[in-house]
Amino acid sequence: MVIEVNNLNFSFGSGTLTQPVLKGVNITIQKGEIVLITGPSGSGKTTLLTIIGGLRQAMNGSVRVLDKQLVNSTEQDKVKIRRQTGYIFQQHNLLKSLTALQNVCMTLEMYHDLTEYERQYRAQKILAAVGLEDRFHYFPEALSGGQRQRVSIARALVGKPKIILADEPTASLDRQSGHEAVEILKQLAKESKTTILLVTHDYRILDVADRVVELEDGVIKTV
Amino acid sequence: MNIFDTWYFPARLAWRQLIHDRPKLIAAISGVLFACVLVFMQLGFKDSLYASAASMPLKLDGDLFLVHQQSEAMWRPAQFKRSELMRALGHPAVAEVIPLYLSLATFKAMDTQVKRTLMVYGFDPDTDLLDVEAIKELKHALRLKDTVMFDEYSRPEFGPVGELLASGQNRTEVNDYKVTILGVFQLGISFAADGNIVTSDLNFLRIFPNRSIHDIDVGIIRLHPDTSIQQTKIELRKLLNDFVKIYTYEEILEHELLYWENAAPIGFIFNFGTIMGLIVGMVIVYQILFTEITNYRFEFATLKAMGYQHHYFVRMVFASAFILAVLGFVPGFLLSNSLYYLAESQIFIPMPMTVGKIVTVFVFILFMCAIAGLLAINRLKSANPADMF
Ligand SMILES: Nc1ncnc2c1ncn2[C@@H]1O[C@H](COP(=O)(O)OP(=O)(O)O)[C@@H](O)[C@H]1O
Ligand SMILES: [Mg+2]
Repeated sequence: MVIEVNNLNFSFGSGTLTQPVLKGVNITIQKGEIVLITGPSGSGKTTLLTIIGGLRQAMNGSVRVLDKQLVNSTEQDKVKIRRQTGYIFQQHNLLKSLTALQNVCMTLEMYHDLTEYERQYRAQKILAAVGLEDRFHYFPEALSGGQRQRVSIARALVGKPKIILADEPTASLDRQSGHEAVEILKQLAKESKTTILLVTHDYRILDVADRVVELEDGVIKTV
Repeated sequence: MNIFDTWYFPARLAWRQLIHDRPKLIAAISGVLFACVLVFMQLGFKDSLYASAASMPLKLDGDLFLVHQQSEAMWRPAQFKRSELMRALGHPAVAEVIPLYLSLATFKAMDTQVKRTLMVYGFDPDTDLLDVEAIKELKHALRLKDTVMFDEYSRPEFGPVGELLASGQNRTEVNDYKVTILGVFQLGISFAADGNIVTSDLNFLRIFPNRSIHDIDVGIIRLHPDTSIQQTKIELRKLLNDFVKIYTYEEILEHELLYWENAAPIGFIFNFGTIMGLIVGMVIVYQILFTEITNYRFEFATLKAMGYQHHYFVRMVFASAFILAVLGFVPGFLLSNSLYYLAESQIFIPMPMTVGKIVTVFVFILFMCAIAGLLAINRLKSANPADMF
């Protein structure tokens, strides 16, 4: 069991301004599974993803990720989860002063046991795998939307994470490049048995999923 | 994880971000450069002021020095009785006592006839009171009536005295009294006097007819070899009246410097200028780092989501501050070096670029940038990664 969420409650604000967003979420995801979450805007998909990714602190229920309890966890525990998770954002969120290659290397620079050569080698290999072997030294602003998102997929995958969390990765892409990006993600993840939790509105990419669930009114419904 | 890696990676990212935005980098470097030049100039003027303030006492050849307790500095002395100095001869360790007379006077430039104020020193030339070779060489001639020697390091407004002497012109007026210039020596001017001349004690009294041989400005005491200066100073204290102060050589130098540092507002003005320069530089660097952090907060949040921790960003900010310090210091130093040269050649104030000064300014600039970094880091805490997505 890679992700196991039980009875997760989460609200923003406090006192009379409390706005409950997640109201008893339950979801279990196996190793290597590709799960899509859909649901209306504002239903709490991003919130759920940030809790599972160790970016947001939950106080209620149970969120076990890679056998670590994230509810009421320490900063160090969350950092550990973040490092084993590849996050793909709605916007590509690349560092604009770094080239494609340097951006991908940022994932590997946290690990000082790698040599610079190994970092470069792995980053180049993964960029080639997403079809960007001729764009290593391009800055993000010189790349198209689809290429940027493929760099950010490479950045998420290069650290060999156990889990990929993707938040509407195709939202800012056209149909063609959106589908391409998700196909590449799926293919690379399947090779390495990486678990994927992907939030999307985009019904054109539902076919990549092993399972699709819907988040509505703060609870998960199987479709 | 060694210390090199923990600083190398954030520093490299800081560097890449800095060079990515050239206009902002140039603005930041200019800020540091500005502070750097300001501090170099303030320190330069201050040091040169202090150095020149002591150029005369530095050359005094004596062991103990008597001045009136009301003398704030040597250029504005209060006189005391020569008999007070003579009384020191009663101590067995004292070998010789020498009175020194000094006063400001007008000097008429030989070429332009313009009168300007300079300092006149009068003492018995046979005593070799000033350890200046040129004066010692002419000590016999200096005993002649109405002769003086001129300090070549005086400001150029006094005329090209050396050249005029070579062409045979040597007569001028000091305090409207006609004198003959025998030659030149090299001493150095201070903020108190634009030039110096040296003459015999007797000539001094001729130039200043209202001065009396019995009222002296400084009393110099030379001791027998192998006697203790400190011990003699203590014993002389009991022998002399309270209104004269007794200084050793080091103490009289310090007394002169302290005057400029404390009694005169000049030291304060320079320190104030230095601090203002550093504050302005710090505000500029802080502004740059602050906007940098604000602009990059999404990227920082992204890196946090990837597993980077707060200390990485702290190091990044400090590394940016350090890089800016170095990049601003190098051109700042080069510019200051030229300005020092300009000051020496145009306003005739000695401004040496010493290693001590370079190190001092660099430490100041580093410190300034580090403080700016510290202030900017407060801004970092507001970046909660989850709220960015
Ligand atoms: N940082 C926040 N502070 C307060 N309310 C928030 C915050 N982030 C999201 N919300 C609110 O929580 C609800 C769920 O948001 P979100 O998880 O982003 O939904 P989704 O990703 O499904 O569109 C929304 O009503 C949103 O307004
Ligand atoms: Mg969302």
